[in-house]
Amino acid sequence: MDTSLSWIKAYVPDLACSAQEYTDAMTLSGTKVEGYKEFDKNLDKIIVGKINKIEKHPDADKLVVCQVQVDEEGTEVQIVTGAPNVKEGQKVPVVLEGGHVASSHKDGESEDGFKIKKGKLRGVESYGMMCSIEELGSNSNMYPDADPDGIYILSDNPAYAGAEIGSDAIELLGLHDVVFEYEITSNRVDCFGVLGIAREAAATFGKKFVPPVVAKTGNSEDVNNYIKVEVENPELCPRYTARVVKNIKLAPSPEWMRRRLASVGIRPINNIVDITNYVMEEYAQPMHAYDLDTIEEKKIVVRNAKAGEKFTTLDGQERELDDTMLMICDGKKPIGIAGIMGGENSMITDNVTTMLFEAATFDGTNIRLSGKKLGMRTDAQAKFEKGLDPDNAMKAMDRACQLVEELGAGEVVGGAVDIYPVKKEPVVIPYDADKINALLGTDIPEEEMAGYFEKIDLIVDKEGKTVTVPTWRQDLERLADLAEEVARFYGYDRIPVTLPKSTATAGGLTDKLKMEKAVRTAAEAYGFCEGMTYSFESPKIYDKLCLDEDDILRKSIRISNPLGEDYSVMRTSALGGMLSSLANNYNRRNKNVRLYEIANVYIPKELPLTELPDERTMLALGMYGTGDFFTIKGVAEAVLKKLGLNGITEYKPGSRKYLHPGRQAEVFYNGKEIAYLGEVHPVVQKNFEIGERTYIAVIDLKTVMEVPSYTAKYKGVPKFPAITRDISLSMRKDVTAGEIEEIIRKKGGKILESYELFDIYEGSQLLKGYKSLAYKIVFRAPDRTLTDEEAGKVMDKIISSLAAKEVTLRQ
Amino acid sequence: MKDKLKRIMDTALEQIDMAEQLDKLNDIKVNFLGKKGELTSLLKSMKDLAPEERPGAGQMVNEARARIDGKIEAKKKEFEKALLEERLANEKIDITLPGTKLAEGHRHPNNITLEEVEDIFIGMGYQVVEGPEVEKDYYNFEALNIPANHPAKDEQDTFYITQDILLRTQTSSVQVHEMEKGKLPIRMIAPGRVFRSDEMDATHSPTFHQIEGLVVDKGITFADLKGTLQEFAKRLFGEDTKIKFRPHHFQFTEPSAEVDVSCFKCKGKGCRFCKGSGWVEILGCGMVHPHVLEMSGIDPEEYSGFAFGVGLERIALFKYEIDDMRLLYENDTRFLKQF
Repeated sequence: MDTSLSWIKAYVPDLACSAQEYTDAMTLSGTKVEGYKEFDKNLDKIIVGKINKIEKHPDADKLVVCQVQVDEEGTEVQIVTGAPNVKEGQKVPVVLEGGHVASSHKDGESEDGFKIKKGKLRGVESYGMMCSIEELGSNSNMYPDADPDGIYILSDNPAYAGAEIGSDAIELLGLHDVVFEYEITSNRVDCFGVLGIAREAAATFGKKFVPPVVAKTGNSEDVNNYIKVEVENPELCPRYTARVVKNIKLAPSPEWMRRRLASVGIRPINNIVDITNYVMEEYAQPMHAYDLDTIEEKKIVVRNAKAGEKFTTLDGQERELDDTMLMICDGKKPIGIAGIMGGENSMITDNVTTMLFEAATFDGTNIRLSGKKLGMRTDAQAKFEKGLDPDNAMKAMDRACQLVEELGAGEVVGGAVDIYPVKKEPVVIPYDADKINALLGTDIPEEEMAGYFEKIDLIVDKEGKTVTVPTWRQDLERLADLAEEVARFYGYDRIPVTLPKSTATAGGLTDKLKMEKAVRTAAEAYGFCEGMTYSFESPKIYDKLCLDEDDILRKSIRISNPLGEDYSVMRTSALGGMLSSLANNYNRRNKNVRLYEIANVYIPKELPLTELPDERTMLALGMYGTGDFFTIKGVAEAVLKKLGLNGITEYKPGSRKYLHPGRQAEVFYNGKEIAYLGEVHPVVQKNFEIGERTYIAVIDLKTVMEVPSYTAKYKGVPKFPAITRDISLSMRKDVTAGEIEEIIRKKGGKILESYELFDIYEGSQLLKGYKSLAYKIVFRAPDRTLTDEEAGKVMDKIISSLAAKEVTLRQ
Repeated sequence: MKDKLKRIMDTALEQIDMAEQLDKLNDIKVNFLGKKGELTSLLKSMKDLAPEERPGAGQMVNEARARIDGKIEAKKKEFEKALLEERLANEKIDITLPGTKLAEGHRHPNNITLEEVEDIFIGMGYQVVEGPEVEKDYYNFEALNIPANHPAKDEQDTFYITQDILLRTQTSSVQVHEMEKGKLPIRMIAPGRVFRSDEMDATHSPTFHQIEGLVVDKGITFADLKGTLQEFAKRLFGEDTKIKFRPHHFQFTEPSAEVDVSCFKCKGKGCRFCKGSGWVEILGCGMVHPHVLEMSGIDPEEYSGFAFGVGLERIALFKYEIDDMRLLYENDTRFLKQF
């Protein structure tokens, strides 16, 4: 929404403020000004001059030398110009030496304008410049009589012909003006029109609001002899007003109207079109004009469209409708889509003689949904969608007819059709100053509050302690709404600053968030940087991960309106994002990359979703460069330990398709799978275009949370000495360290403190197909010094169990 | 005997003086003081002396022994000192050579910022809570006073899964979950991921993060909201930060406000970060709408509350002067390692 300052001042005549003051004050009272443009920002020393004499330039065919009179005393300055349209006796805008213009013939518009200095053009001195409308920072939309290829000849326009020589040309052209751009919130439908904003401006600056006085219009005829209106669906069309204008004389609108429209970016067309646009801007009420001669049976019917009905709108597009959409029809055919766009068959053309003005209100939701279905979004629709005040429709209609008469655009027929079955009643809200003060934390006297209400035309009943809200303020329903009105006119900045005095509460993180924090710290300690990826991804990722057709990870939740196929499914694994991020880094030639992400995955309980999915928080670790399988395993182990998983973690070979078949493990804790890790399958690595061996680990933090031993406990420092035994074992290559360790754990019993693999050997000293593992095994009792015999017995048990697996002691 | 002793001692002391290496000293020690050394032999031969001479002779031998030993030890220390000095001199390195590059992990700038925010509110007694990202329409809209077909729903460009299930567009949904628990008073912040169907560019992302705040108790005022957010802004951006409340509209708060903080880069003078205005908009807030309280089973006559929502990326980008939001989701380690 834009307005010019001069347009606001038309209804708040006493308003006197700078553009910045207006911006600040309006923003603080709730009408946010996003920015403004001062038309005269770069215009300086520009006066009305008169060309007294024109001579040929001695050395240039295309230039002329003008003697321009710059004051009533007859002072002349010499100006050389190449403009083709200058003639002796003309009055023109002249920028004097040292002045500024907004744009230059050569360089176009500039942020800071251009300074005009005296200079020589082909040897002839020139002391200023005669200006085109563009050089004055404006355009031919606002000044249609300006010559597009030359100087703006003021004396050709009767309104300017009598201007005093030497007077301010910018003032004359009305360019000492500002256009403000507002951000209007959806609850303030009234402020989508100039009058609504002017009312706010008046209240903000404590000035009088003077809306246009709309007098009775129309001749002695009766509109009912011209048109009948039937509204079949008053739910969707609460009010329909219509009036008729005959003997239309299409012509350009007057300058003030053209300029106001152009100042807010609307191109002036002709008086009738301009009036509908002008009233829409002023009253926030869209209007439509039909050529009455095209309306069959002289009848308007407002009804729902028939399913599949086809209709050509005035932009020449054929649209297919459904039966939820509201149509404006005549006795035989549709002539417009209600609130969205009129029809080609009834539009105003240059040959129009009689027309029907329509100002109606429609159900906002219906208009919005219809527009969406049709893929249309017109200015009128944007306003109707917000749900307009039906009381405003007739006011706008009468204003439009008044302008028709004022502009001599036609003869308004007397009377109006007004179908308004359920009149909207103003809302009455009880107010209680104490409660408002209690909510705001203020101490504003009741009298002062009443003053704020009255400033915005609410009707205050001081006895009954109620406020009657005019229908244009649909946003005011209850006390809290009144509190906001008080707050914004009292000033948000004047409300005190306190802290809640209420009950003390203990703050803190949830266990889950504490765990995530611990995970971050641990992962970072091992050189992993935290990444973040999107929660949705491409379903193509499943093929990149080489998942089986029936893999559970393919059962993902689809977004019904995604940004595109690449962002269409909710991730079921944190891997896609991780591998893509690693690929990003590889592609940018980053070396030794280690990333982690704490990522939610979304596991549907069934598809399509009927209830919310299981959101599981996963830790994904990924790396390439220095390190191998055992590096990522070490990091995973360290992270799990940080999380307090001090018990036995088992690693079993996994069978995930996206991991190297011989280099992947599933991690179990207390029999529950809590993680998997491994080297990324070479095919997957290639699919993601990572050119190095890549390792990943994924820990299911939600499952880890459920493991009861989550919190670490202090165990004490051992008091008694340990006994350490080293054994070197020989076995077939397919026996895993995990199997050996399981036996050590099982047979080690209570006195087993720890074991550690310290050597792996495969080579000529062993039989072919055999390997050797060497372990350091530590025994300790918490309450006594162990004897060699005790340790020996346990070692014997371990060794005999190993022998059963054909694992023997190396000699 | 006496002469012999003197001769041995002189020889020993002379040899010690002449010794040039540590090894030599050890040899001397063995030769004279060892089990088969000359002085030891002399001591052994004392049994041939007359009993009355033995104590005197013994004392002499022991004195000699102490003298030789003392001299050896002193000389040893000299050698050791010289050796150490030589070693230290040899071990001199170029301390301007680069330090060893250790693999270092870095937290995401979003989370560094989030932790700062969390710490501030935890200090003020707020619980940090979470809610689902895939959410029911009711919690994201209806319970926040945005009924079906309300235009405000359109403003948020929602991703839908089904008609009733969507990706939450705001962490405000967590407010409702907390209020429904029925435990009052409430002081919570709810950080989390939200989704809106915006194409990604330098200032937009279909995924970003918000931090929702909610306080519900008896006697909570708009002034308390101002005070709380002022405290927050000062702790996050510095003690001299100014804060400005502008009236605004949100469906679930009334009165509502948008909050600007004075640009901490230029201290309000105007710079490219604040687009010359001196202020940066960082959050929306307001008093919880009475209808929202009612819908969650809280009596607005008895209780009141305030709520606020902060854009995490907005603060992170601002704080770290990051000019392109896409950097936050590309995970280029050259970017991540700067934080």
